[in-house]
Amino acid sequence: MSEHVGLRGRAWFEALTGIKQPSTGDPGTVLASEAQIGDETALFLCVVPNPSSRFPCVRDGQVGLEEAFTLAHHLRRVIAQDREKPKARKRPVVAIVDVKSQAYGRREETAGIFFAAAASSDAYASARMAGHPVISLVAGQAFSGGFLTHGYQANRILAFDDSGIVIHAMHKEAAARITRRSVAELEELGHEIAPMSYDVRDYAKLGLLYKLLHVDDPQHPTTADIEAIRHDLIDAIQDARRGATDLSNHLQSDAAKQTRKAGIAVRTALEAQWQNA
Amino acid sequence: MEQIEFDYPAAKRSITKRAHVGVVGSGDMEVLMEPTQSEGAHVSITTSVDGFQSTWKAVFDRFFSKFDGAVRVQINDAGATPGSVMLRLEQAVEVINQ
Amino acid sequence: MSQTGIIPEFVRRQSFIELDGRKRAQSLFDEGTWKELVGPFDRMESPWLPLQGVAPQFDDGCIVIKGKIGGMAAVAIALEGAFQGGSIGEVSGAKMTAALDLATKDSKTGKRTAAILLLETGGVRLQEANLGLAAVAEVISSVLALRPHAPVITLIAGTVGCFGGMSLAAGVSSYVVMTREARLGLNGPEVIEQESGIDEFDSSDRTLIWAIHGGEQRVGMGLADALVEDDAGKIKATIRGYVQADLPLEYRSQQVEFYRDRVTALDTSEQINPMSLRERWSNKTTGGLR
Repeated sequence: MSEHVGLRGRAWFEALTGIKQPSTGDPGTVLASEAQIGDETALFLCVVPNPSSRFPCVRDGQVGLEEAFTLAHHLRRVIAQDREKPKARKRPVVAIVDVKSQAYGRREETAGIFFAAAASSDAYASARMAGHPVISLVAGQAFSGGFLTHGYQANRILAFDDSGIVIHAMHKEAAARITRRSVAELEELGHEIAPMSYDVRDYAKLGLLYKLLHVDDPQHPTTADIEAIRHDLIDAIQDARRGATDLSNHLQSDAAKQTRKAGIAVRTALEAQWQNA
Repeated sequence: MEQIEFDYPAAKRSITKRAHVGVVGSGDMEVLMEPTQSEGAHVSITTSVDGFQSTWKAVFDRFFSKFDGAVRVQINDAGATPGSVMLRLEQAVEVINQ
Repeated sequence: MSQTGIIPEFVRRQSFIELDGRKRAQSLFDEGTWKELVGPFDRMESPWLPLQGVAPQFDDGCIVIKGKIGGMAAVAIALEGAFQGGSIGEVSGAKMTAALDLATKDSKTGKRTAAILLLETGGVRLQEANLGLAAVAEVISSVLALRPHAPVITLIAGTVGCFGGMSLAAGVSSYVVMTREARLGLNGPEVIEQESGIDEFDSSDRTLIWAIHGGEQRVGMGLADALVEDDAGKIKATIRGYVQADLPLEYRSQQVEFYRDRVTALDTSEQINPMSLRERWSNKTTGGLR
């Protein structure tokens, strides 16, 4: 599975923008481009593997220092450029997510990757709060700090309904080691406990996904596939524009009201007790 | 994971305060001790360590031989020793008696 | 002989680190002004832990206390590091987000309410994986929503430190306060060693760990704001100062070009020497930039 990290992300970035190369001045791990979507222009962002990255721990599709700050740079550029525009004309942002994880390196820890990741999630959230519709298209893997940095601050998250899509807090092997189970046992547990599952269909039960997308081969999209996904993205953009600029939609779906009822209950209880405190 | 319950009907003294003591760390436990409406005391234990029902009973038999409050005791346990359990219960009683 | 005379400081000093999460949060408030919300007696536990044979905690390891600090409205949200490593689950994450959102609501209607996050945490609770991860994203969002209206102060005292996704919450905070014992980073040493090998990070090398993640280093390199002694009285005073302070005009996590240039200038051909980096990046060399 890990050999394919980044290939779907790149495939979809190219399919949706026609661009294959990073912008001038950007590292080889970030693809960023404005492109048409429907009758407007959107900023498309994608983090891809780069075997010749000058940071050794980033070469397989991890999100590291340069990636986080480059994403933040493009987001803040667009926020600044659109600052005076009315909400209806703030450019959408489409994050195409296919990332192995955050970077696990000493250079990264030394130079404060926690902060770089914070700066990127700040920029994504700031775009959303300023009224830009922010959409994440999970085309492959979306793990942990990588997804927090690139994609999780979106208004709407879409993912392919495919076994190559994995959204999770930790890779199976590491999670198995830490919880002292076999990978098979962990997978079994995921069937009973939806938040622990590695299957995107179980992820969908958590109420965080706007839509599960159906494409025969997400790694090799046909022209028809690309057109269909464009429509799904446009629909998500419009839905985002109609909704709130916070993440309150996370708790509003029927799925969320079921799977996250404990969290919803504690929120309600806190609200009630706060008034009287 | 086990759920263990005990009743101590002789513990009837009216209690007005409540106490919370402890943290559910590895080898530790927390306890809620509250006044109860019913006659006597009731104990519920949620423990991640199976097979120690008789040990728990021994600890509580000893505890209620010295304490007669009508309390609802609720415990979340991650492997505390009987000595630690007794300590936590005594700390809770201290709060109740303040 | 009477017992008058000067009481040595080391006798008077109350360690903050030795306090559990609840007592740490309580200690920050003006006396008699605080109240715990959705505490252990409400029994709002994780629904997921018992399914896996893990003992839950009545407050799910998150303590919310509302009251006054220096006469001003504030809410403290503390993670209990001794319970599941302070990790974020569905319920503890929801408590944190809800408290932040309520502080934002009050602040927007004229009652500025600061938030203090006491972060002793390894990040996402593995037993709740995707709900923990989503909760972290939501906490980050709620911090950013509150930040323009009231100070969000992250306090990391140790010994667990602040790692994983919650380190991003620290990174977007208005202010970060750390002790020397505390550590702040995205990945802990064991995780780096596991993922990238012992040459990348020897997790038994305590000197290396604190040189990279420790409070003195993070404050020294300008990624945290204040280094405090492990002294409850001094920590209380430091937090009060930030609660009462004017809001910053700009936030560190917004200063993208400045930090991006710094990363571009890094020599990555070898490991980076933390001390040299501290000298290059310290606040003293940035001409006032936070």
